[in-house]
Order: sequence, then C-alpha cells, then structure tokens
Amino acid sequence: MTAISQGPGAAGVGRPRRARRGAWARGGPARGGLARRRSLTGLLLISPALLLVAVFFLAPLCLTVWMSLHTWPLLGSPEWTGLDNYLAIPGDRTFRNALDYTVLYTVIITPLLLVTGLGLAYLVRDRRRGVGLFRTVWFLPYVFGFASAAYLFLWLFDSSVGFVDRVLVDLHLSDAPVQWMNAADSATTAVLAMVVWKVVGFQMLLLMAGLQSIPDEVNEAALMDGSGRWSTLLRITLPLLRRHIALVLVFSVSGSMLAFEQFYIMTGGGPGNETLTVVQWIYNSSFANFQLGYGSALSVLLLALLMAINGVQLYLLRERD
Amino acid sequence: MSATALNTTARGRRSRGEGTPGDGESTGGGGTGGRGGPGRRAGAGRGRMPAWAWWTVCSLIAVMFLLPLVALLVTVVKTPQAAAASPPAYLPHGISTENFEALADSREGLWRYVWNSLLVSLGTVLLTVTVSTLAGYGFARFRFPLRSALFGTVLLCMMIPFQAILTPLYMVLRFLHLQNSLIGLVFVYATFQLPISVFLMRNSFEQIPRALPESAQIDGCSTLSSLWRVLLPVVRPGAVSVALFAFFSAWNEFLAALVLLSDEAKFTLPIFLTVLASGQLGTIDWGVLEAGVLVTMVPCAVIFLILQRYYVRGLVAGSVK
Repeated sequence: MTAISQGPGAAGVGRPRRARRGAWARGGPARGGLARRRSLTGLLLISPALLLVAVFFLAPLCLTVWMSLHTWPLLGSPEWTGLDNYLAIPGDRTFRNALDYTVLYTVIITPLLLVTGLGLAYLVRDRRRGVGLFRTVWFLPYVFGFASAAYLFLWLFDSSVGFVDRVLVDLHLSDAPVQWMNAADSATTAVLAMVVWKVVGFQMLLLMAGLQSIPDEVNEAALMDGSGRWSTLLRITLPLLRRHIALVLVFSVSGSMLAFEQFYIMTGGGPGNETLTVVQWIYNSSFANFQLGYGSALSVLLLALLMAINGVQLYLLRERD
Repeated sequence: MSATALNTTARGRRSRGEGTPGDGESTGGGGTGGRGGPGRRAGAGRGRMPAWAWWTVCSLIAVMFLLPLVALLVTVVKTPQAAAASPPAYLPHGISTENFEALADSREGLWRYVWNSLLVSLGTVLLTVTVSTLAGYGFARFRFPLRSALFGTVLLCMMIPFQAILTPLYMVLRFLHLQNSLIGLVFVYATFQLPISVFLMRNSFEQIPRALPESAQIDGCSTLSSLWRVLLPVVRPGAVSVALFAFFSAWNEFLAALVLLSDEAKFTLPIFLTVLASGQLGTIDWGVLEAGVLVTMVPCAVIFLILQRYYVRGLVAGSVK
C-alpha cells in the first residue's frame, strides 16, 4: 500500500514536464523510471485479485489432480495409489448411470431452452408499447436461486398439496393426482418445467440482443428477394445469430452437465438412483462416502469432458470470416 | 419506470407505429386482400403481429411465468392446516400470518439465517467490487510484464466451474481454518465472481478517454485518489452491475454453502430451506417451507426490479463480448 501512495507523488512531478514537451519526448531519459514505477503500480493493483485466484482457484485446481492420485479419506492420512481411482471409474455403475442421465438431461433441456428462448426473443425484439413489461416478467425468475425455485416447484408438483395435480384433476386431464416424483420420467418433467421457468429469460435476453444486432435491411432484402419466412429464419437469421447461439448453447450445456440443486432438492436422485446427476455423485462420493480421492478423479474427468464439449461447440459455431 | 428499463437494450430506431396496416402478413399466408405484391412485401419487412394478437400471446406467456409466484403468495397466507390440505384450495379463507410466525421461530430463528445470508452477500459484494475495481484499473491503464497472461489466468476461472473443484476447495478451506465459516464462504464466492467482474471493470476503464486521469494527475492527484475522485464516478454503472451479480450469486448459492457449512447456526437461507424441508417426524410443513421460499425470493425480486437496468446491461455486456 505504501508503494502505491508514494509512486504517484513522483509521477505527479514528472507529468507536467512531459505533457508540455509533447509525445515526441516520451522516449526520453525520464521514461525508464516512470514506466517501471507505473508497471509496479499496475502489478500492485491486480495483486489482490491474483491472490484470491491463486488461493481459492489455482490451488484447488492443482490439488484436484493431486488428490485424484490418492486414496484420500476425510480424516487420517492419504495414501498414494496412482491411477487406481481412474481405473475404478469404468466399473462404477452408479457413475455410468449418472453420466448417461446427465447427458440425456442436457440433450433434452438444451434445445428446449434454445427454441423457447428464441421464440420469446422474437416476440420482444422490437420496441413497442408494453414490451418492457413482458421482458421484465419473463426474465424475473432468473434472479431467484435454484434452491428457492426448486422448493417452489417441489411443492407445486407435490401429489397431495401441490397445485399442478389439482389443476390437472379439475381440468379432467388426469383422473387422480400424478405421483410426479415416483417415476424417473415424470420427475424429470417436473425438473424441466422448473428449469425452463427459471432460466429461459436469460436465453431470451441474449438471443434478443443478437436479433437486435441484425440490421432491418438484411431481413427486408431477403423477403424482397422472395425468400419465405421460414427460409429467411433458417438461411439468414440463424447464421447471423451464430455467435449468440454458441453462447446460449455453452451456458446451457455447461449448466446442465453441472446440474445439482434441482435434482438434489426435487428428486433426491430418485427413484432409486435414476435421476442422479454427475455432480450429485461427486458430492456423494466425497462428502457422504468420504472417498475424497475418488471424488477428485471424477471431478477431473468432468472438467475434461466439459472443456471438450465447449471447445467443440465453439469450434463448430465459430465466426467464419 | 422499472417495467420499461429492459428497453435500454432495444435500439430506438426500431420503434415504429403500432399495428400499421402492413402487419397483416404475420397472420399467415399473407393473402390479406386489396394490397398488391410490392406493397405487401415492403410492409412485411419486420413481419410484425397486429397489436391485439401480440398482446394476447405475450400476456398469456406472462401469466404462465407469474402463476407459480401467485400460487406461492396465496398459499403462504393460508393457515398451516389449510396449507397442508389435500387437495389444496385455490384461495385462502382470510389472511393468516401463522406460517410466518412459525418460520420466525424455526430452529435458530429466521433472523439468524437472514443475517447470515446478508453478511455473506454484502461481504461478497464489498470484496468483489473492491478487488475487481483495482484489478480492472490495473489491467486497463497500466503496462506490466505478463499482463495478458495474468488477465487470461483470471478469466480461466470462468471456464472452470467451481462445482468441479469443490472437493479440494473444501480441503484448502479446512487447511486455512476457513471451513464452516461465513468469511471462508465470502472468499470463495468473491473468487468465482472475479472473472466476469474484472472483465466488466476493465472494459469500463478502457472506455474512459486516456486524457481524463492524466489531467487529474497533472492537478496533483495520486494514482489512488485519481481512481477514487475522477474515475470511479465514470465507471459506477459497471461497478453497480458487478455488485448486483455478486449479490445475487452469493444470496442464492447452494452447493458450496451446503458443503462448507456444518454448523446449523451458520447456515445461509438456501441451506435453511433444506432444514425446513427435512421436516419433523418425516412430514414437511409446507406452509412454513414455502414462507421460507418467499422470504428468500423477495429481496432478489425487489433489487432486480429497482436496478434491472444495470443488471441487464452488465449481463449482456459480460456474456456477449
């Protein structure tokens, strides 16, 4: 801190002279000391951020790899076991089911969010009376936490006190209350409803920004040339939205591959382990079964998987120009 | 006013008259009689729905978004017995505060958890804004060795989600004696807010003309005081966005709090909800749980409605760029 408050004092003295002499004098003799001092000030300014990142991000990141090579109990001393944790993964049926289910969930929710988000974005793209109100209302659930939203929907879908079954029975869409959480399919449906409600506003917002960045003239020219509504969407709009779609996909794929709260709260992974997700299984391995080394090995695998998926997505949807 | 704030992302030049005659196109085949080829095509440029259809569709969607919240509101004011009734009544008989009274007396008392959540959220906001403002200033305005490499390291945090390094993060915090501590949680939350925050703050500082701080220093300001007096007022919108993201993420975060806090008196609101949901003797008191959900959601909704302009602008800027 003292270095920061001392440095500028000297810089303050040097400044007026340089300013008067103009740009051509910048390479002069005073430059070296001043540049060094400014570079030191810069490093000092970013040092708190670097410290936090080093301690709470880089250290755990490296430790993940280190721990994954050990049998690491919560208490007691870890024991080096090399790649044993990784070799155990293929034989872990719970993990394989969790991975299958998480991928399935991702494959369902991602297009669902993209299409719904795009539809909503189309509706509120243009400035017209009332548009701000709808944008606000549709976006509102995004600011709630996954935990509170999940507890809200857990109750809505409860077979005895929830409103969903009451409405379905009253509308004669169902004879008796549906036991939503008793089967994997219906439990997944309830979770999907919650997630779309909660996050589609975010997708809408990003895609809306994308639609607004396409000049009117482009669409008008396409229609003028006799291109139909759907073919304009497919051939003109979507390619121009490439960057925004890539972004929306990356957010939704990473978010779903890391899904935890909605399942932990709404289904508890059940029935059986049918709706168990990967992060939930890592949580269980580390903090319920106290196999911290094995949990770390699963984390490393998940990280590699996520980076590969996101890399491929960004590559496929990169700007070609 | 708040309802129109989302308009800030829309571009003014899109504003056109409502329901102009050429809008017939969007109703389908476009065969609205009386208008010739060229006129119809030109009018179809934006393919806008007529106002009444647009209002109907958007309002119906808005109702679907609001229904879960309305259901929540009408249920928490029921008596505990009515809230537990099966099937549930759509409307309460009169307004009861019993659920909230029971909530206030639950476990350690509601205010303890509200206080914990406030402490963690405000701590995260303070730490994130301070650290990312300093770092954004440093990255934008100073040259020093490894500048882009260090900036890349901070951004790397964004690529690697904390769920994937949770197990070793727990070990690091235990080593620092910050496990089961609200301070530890603040450090973790701030670290994972840093990439987006530093990014936004750097952009804010880069948009300021270089001449501004230089002239301040000529007038005898030190680096920190020119930051404080001259630059901060200019980057305030960026800082408000950063503060909002930090607040929402800390207020709503679930998994890290679940893993890192073990002492019930230190639980934040989302974790308190799991305590309420675990119920007594296996039965969930739905009225109390949903009252807890409401208490957790209300601050988010209020803050968002007041400051959505900053929130949305930061969200779009942070994601798209």
